Amino acid sequence: MCLGIPGKIISIYENHGTKMAKIDFGGVSREACIEVIPEAKPGDWTIIHAGFALNLLSEAEAQETLDILQEMSELAEQEEKNLND
Amino acid sequence: MTDISTPKFLSGFRNAGLVKTAISEIHKCITQPWSLMEICGGQTHAIMQYGLDQLLPAEIELIHGPGCPVCVTSLALIDQALWIAKQPEVIFTSFGDMLRVPGSNGDLFSVRASGGQVRVVYSPLDAVEIASKNPDKQVVFFAIGFETTAPANAMAVLQAEKMGLQNFSILPANVLVPPAMHAILGSPDNRIQGFLAAGHVCAVMGYWEYPPIAEQYKTPIVVTGFEPLDLVNGILQTIKMLEEGRVDVKNAYSRVVTFQGNQAAQEIIKKVFEPVDRNWRGIGIIPKSGFGLREIYKNFNAVERFGSGDIKTEESKICIAGQVLQGLKKPSDCPAFGTQCTPQNPLGAPMVSSEGACAAYYRYGKKPR
Repeated sequence: MCLGIPGKIISIYENHGTKMAKIDFGGVSREACIEVIPEAKPGDWTIIHAGFALNLLSEAEAQETLDILQEMSELAEQEEKNLND
Repeated sequence: MTDISTPKFLSGFRNAGLVKTAISEIHKCITQPWSLMEICGGQTHAIMQYGLDQLLPAEIELIHGPGCPVCVTSLALIDQALWIAKQPEVIFTSFGDMLRVPGSNGDLFSVRASGGQVRVVYSPLDAVEIASKNPDKQVVFFAIGFETTAPANAMAVLQAEKMGLQNFSILPANVLVPPAMHAILGSPDNRIQGFLAAGHVCAVMGYWEYPPIAEQYKTPIVVTGFEPLDLVNGILQTIKMLEEGRVDVKNAYSRVVTFQGNQAAQEIIKKVFEPVDRNWRGIGIIPKSGFGLREIYKNFNAVERFGSGDIKTEESKICIAGQVLQGLKKPSDCPAFGTQCTPQNPLGAPMVSSEGACAAYYRYGKKPR
């Protein structure tokens, strides 16, 4: 139920006064309501659940999390190497 | 997500090397047994699907939470849905998951088979669209879900109001996570020492409600996402806090979740809904744990429109769903599991839903560890 799929906003328009967008999910495009992410613009990433945007997806935050884990991975590799030397 | 058009900043969360590192970090820092609960059924399925439970240290017990709205929707509400769906003037709309959930007598599939108009929708707004195209019918949407689905459900009501639709109503059934966490952690049977909070609930609501819960029950909470790396990272951060004796709330899903959450979404919810006591299937009534329609939107309440309130319910006598949903028993502890009860012929809702713990065990062939 709480499955949310990341998608990229292609275009933004209105339907009965409600903010809608065409969203690309890795090649498949679908309509979703983006009423609660008023700052969204084409090219932004968002999480869609039940045809409704929950929030914008921050590329910078994603990268930061990955960088921290990457660093952890490199440290672990280094430690292992030191142990073997 | 394996699509080549998936950018690195997303596909990275399925990077096997990084998952392995995080798992070996968990192995390194753990010194004693810990019981964690992932509250969200979507996470239960992801953990099983990627076999993460098999890679974690044996000291970690994952207790599956009640975070499956299909599973916890009360029998009384399911029976009301069945009753409303049988009315000849009604087109009953629902997320697909609800159709096979057993009521006291049959399910929405059986209503459809006997001539009722039951339609599956992808979004609550699709139900509003059906109402506008069928002015001679009453269109009812089964508004289930956690806080994640609440903005979409609220939006459907606002949209119907804006369009002046007299033939649209919802069966309000939203449930809320923080009151359920209180109920679980405050129970005398509680074994949970750390919580993985549901990422998409927090995308909407933020996690400002969690520090007092963590403090009150001395239980660390980590907001966790749904990809394999999100899950192991959430578990790693929880175990680290437990091992260090720290109680705090952390956010391991910062690309989607902020402390305050999505304020515009919270405003829409607040405009349409108010907290009400709700009966959770298999668990019982949890105070202020659901969303009911505010007085000014009561015209959109299907229960009032169809007077479906007074129905006598009868639960399966064999099913142990209640104990499974409270984390007291595992699906495989049930004598009916995989025999009398299967996804094709479910006795209880957790065997139906794509988020139910029983369905996850069945689908991924899990045996108890």
